[in-house]
Amino acid sequence: MSHDATFTAPATEAPARPSQVGASPRRNEDRRLLTGEALFVDDVHLDGMLHAAFVRSDYAHGILKGVDLSAALEHPGVVAAYAAHDLGDYWEPGPLLVPPPPIDRLEFHAATQVPLARDKVRHVGEPIAVVVARSRYEAEDAVALVEVDIDPLPAVADMEAGLEPDAPRIHEQLESNLAAHVIQEKGAWEAAREQAHRVITRRFLYDRGASAPMENRGVVANWDARSRELTVWDTTQAPIPIRNGLAAMLGLPQSEVRVIAPFIGGGFGPKIMMFYPEEVLLPWISMRLGRPVKWIEDRQESFFATTQERGQMHEAEIAVDEDGYILGVRDVFVCDTGAYNPYGLTIPINTQCTLLGPYRVPNYYTEFRMVFTNKPIVTPVRGAGRQHGVFVMERLLDRAADELGIDRVEIRRRNYLTPDEFPHYHEIIYQDFAPLVYDSGNYAEAMDRAVEMIDYAGFESGVGATARAEGRHVGIGIVSYVEGTGVGPYEGARVGIEPGGRINLATGVGTQGQGHFTSFAQIAAEQLGVGADDVEVVTGDTARFGWGTGTFASRGAVVAGNACHAAAVTVRKKVLTLASSVLGAAEEDLELADGLVRVVGTGASISLGDLAALANPLRGAVTPGTDPGLEATAYFGPERGVTASGVHAMILEVDPETAEIDILRYVVVHDCGRVINPMIVEGQIHGGVAHGIGNSFYEQLVFDEGAQLLNASFMDYLLPTAMDVPHIETAHVETPSPLNPLGVKGVGEAGAIPVGALFAQAFENALGIEGFEVLEMPLSPNRLFELIRDARNAHDARDGG
Amino acid sequence: MGEKLTIRMAVNGKTYDRSVEPRLLLSDFLRHEIQLTGTHVGCEHGVCGACTVLVNGESVRSCLMFAVQADGSEIATVEGLATPADGSGIPHPEDADLHPIQAAFREAHGLQCGFCTPGILMTLVPFLEQNPDPDEQQIRELLSGNLCRCTGYQNVVKAVQLAAERMRP
Repeated sequence: MSHDATFTAPATEAPARPSQVGASPRRNEDRRLLTGEALFVDDVHLDGMLHAAFVRSDYAHGILKGVDLSAALEHPGVVAAYAAHDLGDYWEPGPLLVPPPPIDRLEFHAATQVPLARDKVRHVGEPIAVVVARSRYEAEDAVALVEVDIDPLPAVADMEAGLEPDAPRIHEQLESNLAAHVIQEKGAWEAAREQAHRVITRRFLYDRGASAPMENRGVVANWDARSRELTVWDTTQAPIPIRNGLAAMLGLPQSEVRVIAPFIGGGFGPKIMMFYPEEVLLPWISMRLGRPVKWIEDRQESFFATTQERGQMHEAEIAVDEDGYILGVRDVFVCDTGAYNPYGLTIPINTQCTLLGPYRVPNYYTEFRMVFTNKPIVTPVRGAGRQHGVFVMERLLDRAADELGIDRVEIRRRNYLTPDEFPHYHEIIYQDFAPLVYDSGNYAEAMDRAVEMIDYAGFESGVGATARAEGRHVGIGIVSYVEGTGVGPYEGARVGIEPGGRINLATGVGTQGQGHFTSFAQIAAEQLGVGADDVEVVTGDTARFGWGTGTFASRGAVVAGNACHAAAVTVRKKVLTLASSVLGAAEEDLELADGLVRVVGTGASISLGDLAALANPLRGAVTPGTDPGLEATAYFGPERGVTASGVHAMILEVDPETAEIDILRYVVVHDCGRVINPMIVEGQIHGGVAHGIGNSFYEQLVFDEGAQLLNASFMDYLLPTAMDVPHIETAHVETPSPLNPLGVKGVGEAGAIPVGALFAQAFENALGIEGFEVLEMPLSPNRLFELIRDARNAHDARDGG
Repeated sequence: MGEKLTIRMAVNGKTYDRSVEPRLLLSDFLRHEIQLTGTHVGCEHGVCGACTVLVNGESVRSCLMFAVQADGSEIATVEGLATPADGSGIPHPEDADLHPIQAAFREAHGLQCGFCTPGILMTLVPFLEQNPDPDEQQIRELLSGNLCRCTGYQNVVKAVQLAAERMRP
């Protein structure tokens, strides 16, 4: 459903073929995954391999007075056990992964996670000791024998309470639990507020959820002293930074460390280059013992040993004129970073920047305080702070629409940036350290399409009226969002033609299900006139490609994809140069198709494989300056990110007595620029929406006042099932980005971002109870029931009084 | 550490004799004792369904069963799903060696990271044998026992519909 009016293919592109960019060939990786051949980290089996299990804190906050490993060490099968003091100089806090960006008014205090707790524990599940044994079963037996002496301290479970002067202090070296304080401003909020026809103020809560990939984390490390190579199989989204970091920590050259991120069973953020304690310790243990060692996280561990996201509390105001035009927004929020803050300010800055949405906001004041709590560490999870910004802005617009008597769609349309307002400069700094600039967008068109698809205009008199007549509560919701995607610094790729004619492509990013083996193949196939299934893609193995960063921030297709494109373009040039000389024809008379280079009109041709063989002569001399082979390496580093956008709409039925819901329709209109593979893009959207539905109505990490997690299992923490996620109708608007040759924007996180805001609006519309407002996420049937009850009671009290 | 017991199992038609601890989970036996790592473990408490295998033809969560309980059983795992006899009705010759359910998952993009997929496939095998013409609601009810974080289930449902259509006698 592309829009030809807005879509212009870059002139350098070869003509489209069924398996090339824009098509949906079946995925190259699927056969391995469907037959059980695909290698995941826990599938690695090495002779003599040992197994590690961790002793973890039962307390959220406490003084660690002692760890006694003696009984564990005597247990049959145990080979070694280590506590913090056994690590010697290797014990060091992890790196600060993202230092603060250059913002003028910024205060930042770093405290990063440690390999094993030494003097203090700061969250439940923090590792205290590790036991290594012949089997995982024996290692876990011995974990139970480790004696840990902890003096519990009062815990900080509530982020706002953590900022109180008398709050328990989590990091002694800091003056308070304040991790950061940042103010960003555009225009003059106070002046805008004074001119406003209406100022609307609300307080919004967005609470924590889990990323919950189906594969838990895991690490296998093998130090081979004879070949001097440390090989680490790691469930990471970013193997190259892990390779670089481990080499530095272990004192090895980078060339002696190989990190492999094989097939990864979902990432969604927390499998980023965290330098998790387990990631840092397993290689050290393998080198110390001279044997391979494996650790695989179990599901319960995952609930507190893997990072989480979303705790934020916002006090927000919007100033509008009488026609609903936005004059300004003020948002002051607190965000919970958990016990440590290795990921810096990425999440709250995403929140600040995404709040502006697709709208013209001339005046903006945004301020946040990041606070340490005794909860598991916070790092990005699919959306990475963007949900919160969208929730705040969309909710404020809904309130403004209500108060001014303007239709919800209309108030959005009035405030949309129009296609002639790009690039749009927002005067604040984004998470990629660059000023926030929207490169391109066509927001009204996406809204028009969504309105049409869900029949917004006909709802009130149609579905809505019928439902009301039947005594049912059915509502409609429709919201907008933008997503900054595809941030730098850079990625690279190497593309080469094998003598057999197949194409090999290697890139450094890892893959967690996004279909890189196919999308990247399509990009190369387009340039080289082959099928996507003729391209063998390798991702996530530092021995195959060693430069780059990783898969996060919806950046794989944008940054690595354009590196693949650039490498393939260079290989195409090499093919044309060599073929021109071999076939005795001008380059402009040659075409690449069906694995051949053909002279147009004459029928003369040579296969890519034969050309590749000629490019590697075995006898004679080559012209000085000629590189052998038909191969090229290229890099792509965007100046700044690209802005994707979209509109979600849904028709939702609610039973006010049971608070059960039924999503009758769900529509997504999405603009991720040029679409490489529509099937994969739609799949990413489906998964994102499902994650968003979970984060809106099923999934919440519930902590007690001692910061103890109460629902650390899939029995208690509910992921949406096939019964909960509806059929999702999708359409694409294609506004190609001018910032990269492929014209693409990211899509991986988009589906999850606006779902909370959408649910909130649809709930209000369905229930139609005066004074019923949804100001928090996630809800649950229970919480929704309470909100309905409270609104009705308040209503009755007013009527009664 | 308990005393080891000797067990015999036929897995994908091949007989294995092993001596194992009574506490060894069937999932760990399959994955780590006989190296059939296609069966995945996602939660170890019977919720996610990633570890589903067939025990004497029935879908079973191999993380909720001890290997010794499967002594004398016939087990089928994802590694044994594709057989040369399969492939009827698969329109892509290069996938004709796959089971029709596997081919349908590839065609309908019914998998992303693929971690939960083996368990879903092994849940579907007996289901589609017993329900050759399921409607969407029946498919969704069946799939509700298998968690997937990537797909939103929509294309999984589509794949099941496609497979059912092709497999109907």
